[in-house]
Amino acid sequence: MQRFSNLSIMQKRTLWAWGFLAVPILFFVIIRFYPTFNAFVLSFQEWNLLGARTWAGFENYVTLVNDPVFWKVFANTFIYLLLGTPISLVLSFLVAYQLDKIRFAHGLLRALYFLPFMTSAVAMAWVWRWFYQGVPIGLFNNILASVGIGQVAFLNSTTIALPAVLAPAIWAGLGFQIIIFMAGLRAIPRSYYEAAKIDGVSTWTVLTEITLPLLKPTIVFIVVFSSIGFLRIFDHVFNMTTNDPGGPLNSTKPLVLMIYETAFSSFNMGYAAAQTVVLFLILLVVSLLQLRLLRDK
Amino acid sequence: MKTKLRKALMGAVASGALMFAAAPASAVEIEYWQYFFDARVTAMEQLIENFEAANPDITVTMTHFPYADYRTRTAVAIPAGEGPDVVQLFYGWLNDYIEADLIQPLPTDTFDPAVLDEEFFPMVQAMKRDDAYFALPTAVRSLALFYNTRLFEAAGIDSPPTTLDELVETAAALTERDGAGNITQVGITTGMTAQDHHWFREVLVRQFGGEPYQDDYQTVNYNTDAGLAALDFYTGLEDEHGVTQVGFMDEPQAAFRAGRAGMHIDGSFRIGALNGTRGLEWGVAELPAGPDGTQSNYSSYWVNAITTKAEGERYDAAVKFMEYITSEEAMQIWLEVVGELPARAEAGMTDENMNDPVFGPFIRGLEYAHTTKFADESAQRQIIMDMVARTDIEGQSLEDSLAVAAQAEQDLLDDYYGR
Repeated sequence: MQRFSNLSIMQKRTLWAWGFLAVPILFFVIIRFYPTFNAFVLSFQEWNLLGARTWAGFENYVTLVNDPVFWKVFANTFIYLLLGTPISLVLSFLVAYQLDKIRFAHGLLRALYFLPFMTSAVAMAWVWRWFYQGVPIGLFNNILASVGIGQVAFLNSTTIALPAVLAPAIWAGLGFQIIIFMAGLRAIPRSYYEAAKIDGVSTWTVLTEITLPLLKPTIVFIVVFSSIGFLRIFDHVFNMTTNDPGGPLNSTKPLVLMIYETAFSSFNMGYAAAQTVVLFLILLVVSLLQLRLLRDK
Repeated sequence: MKTKLRKALMGAVASGALMFAAAPASAVEIEYWQYFFDARVTAMEQLIENFEAANPDITVTMTHFPYADYRTRTAVAIPAGEGPDVVQLFYGWLNDYIEADLIQPLPTDTFDPAVLDEEFFPMVQAMKRDDAYFALPTAVRSLALFYNTRLFEAAGIDSPPTTLDELVETAAALTERDGAGNITQVGITTGMTAQDHHWFREVLVRQFGGEPYQDDYQTVNYNTDAGLAALDFYTGLEDEHGVTQVGFMDEPQAAFRAGRAGMHIDGSFRIGALNGTRGLEWGVAELPAGPDGTQSNYSSYWVNAITTKAEGERYDAAVKFMEYITSEEAMQIWLEVVGELPARAEAGMTDENMNDPVFGPFIRGLEYAHTTKFADESAQRQIIMDMVARTDIEGQSLEDSLAVAAQAEQDLLDDYYGR
């Protein structure tokens, strides 16, 4: 007590600040960093959840490199990213850009676009799963059949299944991105547009010279955020393909689903940890790359 | 006022302490763990009640939690000296549990292997290691053919098929298509995702003259003429005869429950769900016999075992409890409450059970049932699923697809058994 009162005000402040910061730091160390560190260690071990952990050296990583399923899954993960991020970015910008211009029913429309984001991914995935079924229960195929077009095996196909699973995932994330874009659009000072109007600049030039450049921070945020989301896609895939997770023939399986299966249905914890480390590295590299590419010069 | 209250409180504390002291010194409390499934929990509550009535000095506490957490929690608790004295586990996990030193062998004086071999259905012998049983089931499950009696009537069929040829014929009569040729009602459901991979492995391969595995399920043996014939029959149901469609109405049991499937192969655990389906009238028959009359079936079960945590008087109590839950009485209760079949042949093969229109076909199937010793059931199921998907979606030949599947499964088994 005596010692505390001898400190200067600055020192006391610092002490208090650290006192408060200690709580979240402790939380992060115990809840986040310790398990992460543990996963790194585990990736060099073998463990079936029941027995003792035994050291395996680089065996898990060697298995990983030689596992054709891993490479298939690796490619899928990037297809989700490369299809999902640009499509959702363009769609959400188009909607936000138009929505920003209208006054009539603006609030209602915005709410409608946001609604899917608030809906449970599991419920949504199951509804879409049934949409995709064949005759007589599938909505899409019933429509196709009623106009005399042959059925499409949306989910039972190695080519169409992945886009079919991705579609509801994009749709679900759209509402959030639209809101962020609209906030970004609102943040651009009106005076720029007024100046452009006085100069008689075309709408296209306004879009490419004023709106898009000034939206850059928003775009960076959305790209990084949605990329991480698509790289970690799981709920939609798992729920739409529960009977053949990530199937058919691994054509829709993302890395996270492979990790989940390796860990909790094959109980191969070491191998799953190795896959997790790879996912961590992918996320890290992709995020750093995007931040660098899209950073203001 | 204050002192009065204090006195009353002290009195209460004192009498409470006395009550504790008065409890019999020999009272033992043991813990039982299982995963949560409504009917199983209800049945176990009933068994515990009966057991405690017969053994007033033993208290059994049951803990249950979701299936997804089951293995993790058990694995963490037992080595720490916490958790169950008697634990329920899937038969396929036995090796892992023994290796991890989580369970101990059942005492041979109470559970004499020679007697158990006689009394239980033969597939339970998979729970024996070095002349001692490590675990025993209360109930077992087998497969049978469910059929929709309304659709049978409408198609003018009076009895379920008894052979594979009749199965195809019957299924053809039950199949319906719309004007464009799209299937709207299947004769029989198919899909390796459900129980069909068991039907393929243990039933079809054997019926076409093969043996799916060798060396105690460590060597894959279905990449043979018999295996090919079995696969040809299975895929032929859709490709050649057009009486089914893989993935019709998403899931086989969904199609059957919705009354859009004439026949459906499933386990005895499906009975409860089907009972509650409005407007569905169904019957059960034994699985159809093969071309040479061979009958086969697949059986799986959950077992109970004594953990390494149980020592001293807790161990004795655990042995008594194990004795009770594997008794004929317990099995009959389990059958009535859960709908799973008695694991003791004598309890199962009573006239009443054998002639039961629903349980009968399942119980008769147990006599010739096989139990696959899985290393990793879901991964092995995936291999069979992919085998059919490759022929269905990618147009791979049956021979090639079968060979790829057999090799993949052999690699998995070699890896598991450390070869």
